[in-house]
Amino acid sequence: MSNRVAAPPRSLFARLRLRERIRDRDTAIYGLLLLVALVFPAISLYTSDGSTYLIAVAGHAGTYVLLAIGLNVVVGFAGLLDLGYAAFFAIGAYTYALFASQQLLASPIHHAYHFPFWLMMFVGLIIAASAGAILGFPTLRLRGDYLAIVTLGFGEIVPQVFQNFDQWTGGINAIGGIDQPTLPAWVTGPWAGADSISIVAPFSFSFDPIAYYVLIFILVSVAIVLVNNLQRSRLGRAWMAIREDEVAAAAMGINTVTTKLLAFGIGASFSGFAGAYYGASFGLVSPDDFLFIVSITVLVMIVLGGMGSIPGVIVGAITVYFILNWFLPLLPPAVQSLASSIGLGSLNARSGDWPGLGNETQNVTLLLFGLILVSMMLVRPQGLFPSRVREQELKHATGQEDEAAIEQAHA
Amino acid sequence: MTDNLDDNILVLNNVTKRFGGLVAVDDVSLSIKRGEIFALIGPNGAGKTTLFNNVTGLFKPTSGHVILNGKDITGSKPHEVARLGIARTFQNIRLFDYMTCLDNVRVGRHVRMHSKLWDGLFKLPAERREEARVTEEAMELLRFVGIARQAHQYARNLPYGQQRRLEIARALATEPKLLLLDEPAAGFTPQEKVELMALVRKILDRGVTVWLIEHDMKVVMGISERIVVLDHGEKIAEGPPEEVRTDPRVIEAYLGKSA
Repeated sequence: MSNRVAAPPRSLFARLRLRERIRDRDTAIYGLLLLVALVFPAISLYTSDGSTYLIAVAGHAGTYVLLAIGLNVVVGFAGLLDLGYAAFFAIGAYTYALFASQQLLASPIHHAYHFPFWLMMFVGLIIAASAGAILGFPTLRLRGDYLAIVTLGFGEIVPQVFQNFDQWTGGINAIGGIDQPTLPAWVTGPWAGADSISIVAPFSFSFDPIAYYVLIFILVSVAIVLVNNLQRSRLGRAWMAIREDEVAAAAMGINTVTTKLLAFGIGASFSGFAGAYYGASFGLVSPDDFLFIVSITVLVMIVLGGMGSIPGVIVGAITVYFILNWFLPLLPPAVQSLASSIGLGSLNARSGDWPGLGNETQNVTLLLFGLILVSMMLVRPQGLFPSRVREQELKHATGQEDEAAIEQAHA
Repeated sequence: MTDNLDDNILVLNNVTKRFGGLVAVDDVSLSIKRGEIFALIGPNGAGKTTLFNNVTGLFKPTSGHVILNGKDITGSKPHEVARLGIARTFQNIRLFDYMTCLDNVRVGRHVRMHSKLWDGLFKLPAERREEARVTEEAMELLRFVGIARQAHQYARNLPYGQQRRLEIARALATEPKLLLLDEPAAGFTPQEKVELMALVRKILDRGVTVWLIEHDMKVVMGISERIVVLDHGEKIAEGPPEEVRTDPRVIEAYLGKSA
């Protein structure tokens, strides 16, 4: 007699193990992000009477998500502070802009190139990665603050170079008329202003925000999968070991120089990718788009989101982008209408030295941004969705401080 | 000397290390036989750890040669030395604090793994198989040193004694031929010291030669066959424990000159 009973056939639901997965924080965040990413275009089209403005904004935010994922490899995984990340972004964007516009016609080679976007995306990636390796080779012997200063310098040099080599890059006049990606076929429908659902072939992205949205969605998804794989591989562990203790890592047989170079190169390749997308979606690339503030913004995104945690930095990137490009610009009109509705409308008018409530709010938006950042870091120093490591580190750090305080009190 | 060269796993020839005017290691020559437990003792500041650092590539000797298995490895980089088969632990434990014990040991396997960037990026089948195998090997090593139950704890959260064991497991993961232990019993209770000696003998049984720095004479006398004594960077004695223990220069170095 056997007690063994044939296991009941498991339902699809059971096999997906949804319950367990939702309990796992990262999977839950990914699921939520996926849901929002899929539902967002429909909702924004519906609520704004078919205007695609918000979708265009979201597509641009996607660029920053890609940048944050890439910088997270360098800063979060390998622990190398890179303050010049925008340089690689610029290199990717200019690579695409130069070889997919009329720009080079006016240059000493007198010939314009129009390579397809899909090819140049990978060329941009490779060139940015090589730039990362070239910068990294002499500098990665430096540690901590010194590396940060060198990357800061690199981040300043690259946009300057693109600005000063105006024979080639148009300098401060920027490169315009950059080609849009084209596909052999694409589905169009009411959401793009067409009367019915039909197939367009061939299809140019032109300035259709929905097409770009789909593209950046795919790029970000691929990036997430690849970086997740890397994190759980031999290389990912080597990065973490170097971050924790470089001497011990070397004693365990890790070639610290090449491993750090790989972190730099891979981080840079994501921004090369993002750069090509950026150039195509805006159709315009100018040296002003890659200033120090871009590097810092991306760094703020990953610190705020939770360094080392991939879902964390994605949420961080979206949050900071949302604050900077939606919340803060909307603030002055919102404050004005609030003032009118509570009977303080007189404040809105300009009088004497008072610039009017709207203008005054406008003047303090960056101050507000700073305040928001400071208070968020005070409330959640480990970031919005930190990696387990960061969480522990901070817990121990504060624990040690407590112990030290107790010791002092007893002394 | 009747030593056949092939019996020696490591030979140091007149190794000297100077830091500016300070001679930290002064013209030290010694040879370690395959399959023995070799001890290096000496007062604090005698240059024992500096000598280790010269062997493992952390420092480059000012002069002299380090020869592993008949091959001159003087001035090799630390990761090259690890690949060639020398692993070490550190006097002040240097674990990867915020990685799990399992990951600490898996990092040790790094040098014997073959996955390249692409394998990891796309999780190719070969990479998955290697990861599974390495995880199994790492678990085996954790069982070997007796901390398998802590596999998923952060290294930082382990008690002191287990951290020392984890460091040994991580070093063994590199498949060394020679294992350098820098004061493995420092801060141990007598009971822990006994357990450590048993562990070192087990390591020897795996075919790994052990070279250890130790202060506790009981431990040294208990497990090592040969001892070298260092004082002020110089080798002042060499031989079996009972001989070294009675050497007047050693007694002087440890206890000071009697008035």
